[in-house]
Amino acid sequence: MTSVVVVSAGLSNPSSTRLLADRLAAATSQALEEVDVTVVELRDVAHELTDHLLTGFPGPRLAAAIDAVRSADGLVVVTPVFSASYSGLFKTFFDVLEPGTLDGTPVLVAATAGTARHSLVLDHALRPLFAYLRAVVVPTGVFAATEDFASPELEQRIARAAGELAALVGKVSPADAAGPARRSVDDELAAPTPFEELLRRASGSAG
Amino acid sequence: MQIGIFSVGDVTTDPTTGRTPTEHERIKATVAIAKKAEEVGLDVFATGEHHNPPFISSNPTATLAYIGAQTERIVLSTATTLITTTDPVLIAEDYAKIQHLTDGRVDLMMGRGNTGPVYPWFGKDIRQGINLAIENYALLHRLWREDVVDWSGRFRTPLQDYTSTPRPLDGVPPFVWHGSIRSPEIAEQAAYYGDGFFHNHIFWPASHTQQMVDLYRRRFEHYGHGPADTAIVGLGGQFFMRRNSQDAWNEFRPYFDNAPVYGHGPSMEDFTEATPLTVGSPQQVLERTLSFRDYVGHYQRQLFLVDHAGLPLKTVLEQLDLLGEILPEMRKGFAEGRPAHVPDAPTHGSLVAAAGGAKDATVYAAADSATGHRAEDVLA
Repeated sequence: MTSVVVVSAGLSNPSSTRLLADRLAAATSQALEEVDVTVVELRDVAHELTDHLLTGFPGPRLAAAIDAVRSADGLVVVTPVFSASYSGLFKTFFDVLEPGTLDGTPVLVAATAGTARHSLVLDHALRPLFAYLRAVVVPTGVFAATEDFASPELEQRIARAAGELAALVGKVSPADAAGPARRSVDDELAAPTPFEELLRRASGSAG
Repeated sequence: MQIGIFSVGDVTTDPTTGRTPTEHERIKATVAIAKKAEEVGLDVFATGEHHNPPFISSNPTATLAYIGAQTERIVLSTATTLITTTDPVLIAEDYAKIQHLTDGRVDLMMGRGNTGPVYPWFGKDIRQGINLAIENYALLHRLWREDVVDWSGRFRTPLQDYTSTPRPLDGVPPFVWHGSIRSPEIAEQAAYYGDGFFHNHIFWPASHTQQMVDLYRRRFEHYGHGPADTAIVGLGGQFFMRRNSQDAWNEFRPYFDNAPVYGHGPSMEDFTEATPLTVGSPQQVLERTLSFRDYVGHYQRQLFLVDHAGLPLKTVLEQLDLLGEILPEMRKGFAEGRPAHVPDAPTHGSLVAAAGGAKDATVYAAADSATGHRAEDVLA
């Protein structure tokens, strides 16, 4: 079954970031016929994220969250705006992913803030981040200032963005989107590059 | 089964006193620790190699030779030798020389380094780390096995008609281990040559260790060196013990909480569960250590980190006394259920025997430019 993972970096409870994340999740479920939606609440793995920065390996809950993201067919990522950008917690999660984890993965970017003056955060902060990660960001990003939660237009943007994500999920492969797939440590462990090839690469004559 | 210790040579403040040892104290302490290791019956002492504060482990060959002169039995090794940034020609010379000086009591472990800037300091590019490890070792391997080498590569000036001196003792190069935590290419390299593979093990979850050792064993067999369970595997380990388990927890906690690498991160409870670190009684250390076989199989070398995080020398020596006390039980435990075809770690003696006996490998100079005589002629 198609799987979509929603990554939410809200800190309070209840959180407007989580509220937006849930509405995006519901709209995505509606747009895709059969979909398994998992929500990763970064607050729950905040300690493990800090530990990962310090030790280099994830604790059990964080490892499960990373696995879910790695195997997802599509992502919905939602961050509150802190100091004119995504929050540190949000960025930390994407910092600890191994290179290649999001190659070619469709991503719907979304953010919440107290005021509409932060709305360009989607285009100035989130899009470049996910472009670097070689993900495929859908055209419509969803920004919600506090006042937007009373606006019917927000629901229209949510539906449009979810529709765009649904149209891409399962259709983009890493090879189409990002050229030859990068080999992860797990790929090498499963099927190592033969040593003769490593020798050729070392001498600069191949690869 | 070889059991020993390895040291990274960190100069770290003792968090319980606020005192930081001087470099001189730490260098002398390293020698005292190595001598103590031999005294309590351990088989191996290995030193790291770093070229920056807060470490005193630059110039490991001087340290090993100095320790070698004051010990009789213990095998001297490295953890690790920087094959990326050190000229393989110098590694060939240095470790062949220590082989001669210590009558073969030396082997070494290749590694890539702990800090990015070490590469540019030595004129290298960290993005070429794996390639440097592969090409440099390929040259080192030849320098110890071929009397005359013609060589050209990507990272070092070419060699023509070059003879590395001294030739390895008895014509047998030192045994080499390759150490890596998370680079499958290095396990592949170790397997290709039929060399040993060492996983640091400490600071990491067992799953990392298991995956890498498993890859090495599979590929060791693939390259025709023998069945996977005869591959030569080494592991790190880390403990702090007192006769009473709770005393060990209380005494070690401030060192743990402030330690380089993992300090200020996970709790000691979480870390002892997630990694091989064992804090407790000698019996608990013994049992935990013997359980490493559950995920790597029967292996050949177990090295413990005992002198880090600012632990004072006196405490480190006490730890070694306690390790010495459980050593007979540990050896007995490792021997239990070990199939007869699983080899021990190679030593100089076993490698000489495998080569059909000792050979003088001296390469005599072709002709003396002053007298026109060849060395053999003079000796004859």
